[in-house]
Amino acid sequence: MAEAAQAPRRDVGAEFALELTGLSKRFGALAALTDISLKVRPGERRAVLGSNGAGKTTLFNCITGDFPPSEGAVRFFGEDITRFAAHERIRRGLRRTYQISLLFNGLTVFDNVYLACRGVSAGRFSMIGLSPRDPLTDAADELIEIVNLGEVRDAPVADLSYGQQRQLEIALALAGAPRLILFDEPAAGLSPKERRELIAILGRMPNHIGYVIIEHDMDVALSVSDRVTMMHNGRIFKEGLPDQIEKDPEVQALYLGSGHD
Amino acid sequence: MADVSEAAAPLGRFDLTRIPAHIWVIVVLLLLVPTFTSGFVQFQIFGWAFILGMISLSLMILAGYGGMVSLVQMTAAAAAGYAVAIFGASAVAEISFAWPWPVAVILAIAISVLVCVISGALAIRTEGIYTIMITLAIGSAFFYFTRQNYTVFNGFTGFNGVQPPQVFGVTWNDPTPFYYLTLACAALSYFFAVYLARTPFGLALQGVRDNPRRMAAMGYNVNAHRLAAYAVAGVISGVAGVLLVWSTGQISPNTAAIGPIIDILVITVIGGINRPIGPFVGALIYVVLRTYSLDVLTALGLDGERFKLLIGMAFLLIVYFSPDGMCGIWDRYITRLWRDPKREGADG
Ligand SMILES: Nc1ncnc2c1ncn2[C@@H]1O[C@H](COP(=O)(O)OP(=O)(O)OP(=O)(O)O)[C@@H](O)[C@H]1O
Ligand SMILES: [Mg+2]
Repeated sequence: MAEAAQAPRRDVGAEFALELTGLSKRFGALAALTDISLKVRPGERRAVLGSNGAGKTTLFNCITGDFPPSEGAVRFFGEDITRFAAHERIRRGLRRTYQISLLFNGLTVFDNVYLACRGVSAGRFSMIGLSPRDPLTDAADELIEIVNLGEVRDAPVADLSYGQQRQLEIALALAGAPRLILFDEPAAGLSPKERRELIAILGRMPNHIGYVIIEHDMDVALSVSDRVTMMHNGRIFKEGLPDQIEKDPEVQALYLGSGHD
Repeated sequence: MADVSEAAAPLGRFDLTRIPAHIWVIVVLLLLVPTFTSGFVQFQIFGWAFILGMISLSLMILAGYGGMVSLVQMTAAAAAGYAVAIFGASAVAEISFAWPWPVAVILAIAISVLVCVISGALAIRTEGIYTIMITLAIGSAFFYFTRQNYTVFNGFTGFNGVQPPQVFGVTWNDPTPFYYLTLACAALSYFFAVYLARTPFGLALQGVRDNPRRMAAMGYNVNAHRLAAYAVAGVISGVAGVLLVWSTGQISPNTAAIGPIIDILVITVIGGINRPIGPFVGALIYVVLRTYSLDVLTALGLDGERFKLLIGMAFLLIVYFSPDGMCGIWDRYITRLWRDPKREGADG
């Protein structure tokens, strides 16, 4: 993974990468999240499961600052980031992908990844033209290789297949020196082959990078995670090791009942 | 704006070959203009068009690259013009400080940047029509304030007798020197704007335009980028404002009345709001119409004021048929004749 210049780590010893306490989010009368408390250790891989509308994406939005929670606190490596703007959280090593791809369609794959690399390093306001000697050019190309998009490096994003756009989503989240990545349904809509590639990419990620992955497919979720959190109706419903969750009768009932396959 | 903005970013890597051949032809022709035109054409047509083109270019950078339609650019230029008159020398000796011209010019550009940044700070949290309204409100506030303030701005009459400096023994408001001075400034700002598109800042600005939420999720302070764009635009409108006051020798509230403010938007849209050449094309069309339609209309026994009707109609036609202005028309109907037809879909 490309290491770009980032704020020095003062909190290497932090016990938790992510610590949510009493997090709630209301949209008018709708309680999308209610009293969520969650702890993720550094380097941990956590899956979040839950039926449609359970509040998983909303949880991510509150963690990254896309919008503020109604109540509760978010700590990132020990630091209270509840009131931080989104970009300040990202600069501390938090990353995310979006459930519905949020890319720069008019730009090329390279430009997209380059922008992501630049966003978490110095020189965001530089008015010196891009050049092949720029170290971030190499960083971007490295990421493009990691997600297997080398062949479409210079193609506009609008020309990419759906699967390729999903890979690009991931590349954008890997830029710089991430410490915790939130993946919002990266496998949704992928072909079986693309799924296997995705699982391989996740498996190759360095150990010190933790992630939280939202995934509907139980098999994928269990194979890429150390721990699983189940959500239902905006609350945490169950948490445990993958095989515990898989065997849990309540989880099984809920999953079969909610019509997922 | 959504469909228009796609075309804004030239996507290739930056180098001189990215500047299309017809631009180089135009550059050579422009260098030769004084050999076959009158002083009137050099000064009143080209000089004026370059100045208006630069002010419009500052709008193009904000609107085309950044998605922010700012109507404060004419006001920023006028503020720079006032600064030249106030800090430099003018016929209104009671007010003017008569400081050396480099000081006055630097202060003028700084003031234009300040006007843009303050307006930007008020406008960046808004979008679309609200940005237009806020910046227009700032522009009209400036207009009424300068008209009523006599101690600093000399009220309704403003300043006259503002002379450009004698440098290298050249009188810079003689037609040919002035032509080359404005051409140089216009060309520099044009190439800068082209270059900017392929710098981290320019690329990020286009990212902010297309997808501010994702930009924030990649570590960018979206509002800081918008504000910086206003500052950059302020430099260009500032230089243009200095040239403007040197060209006419005077500056008054009417320089940045509502009419001229709207004219900048009209010029930019007529030329093409999404690429740096657009504002200059628009400015040339505007100046030619403005200069000659008066004669033509009076010769036909019509009211000279109908010029505004002509410009208005041109504006309407362009907006209706080509949201990307004259440049869009060029792309669609002329370039098509010899370029790969497959690109059409992507552009249109
Ligand atoms: N911006 C918003 N404004 C209003 N309501 C919202 C907003 N975002 C989400 N909601 C509502 O909050 C609830 C939780 O939505 P969320 O997107 O977090 O669910 P999810 O678990 O990600 O579901 P899915 O599996 O479909 O992605 C839903 O009822 C949704 O309609
Ligand atoms: Mg979701």
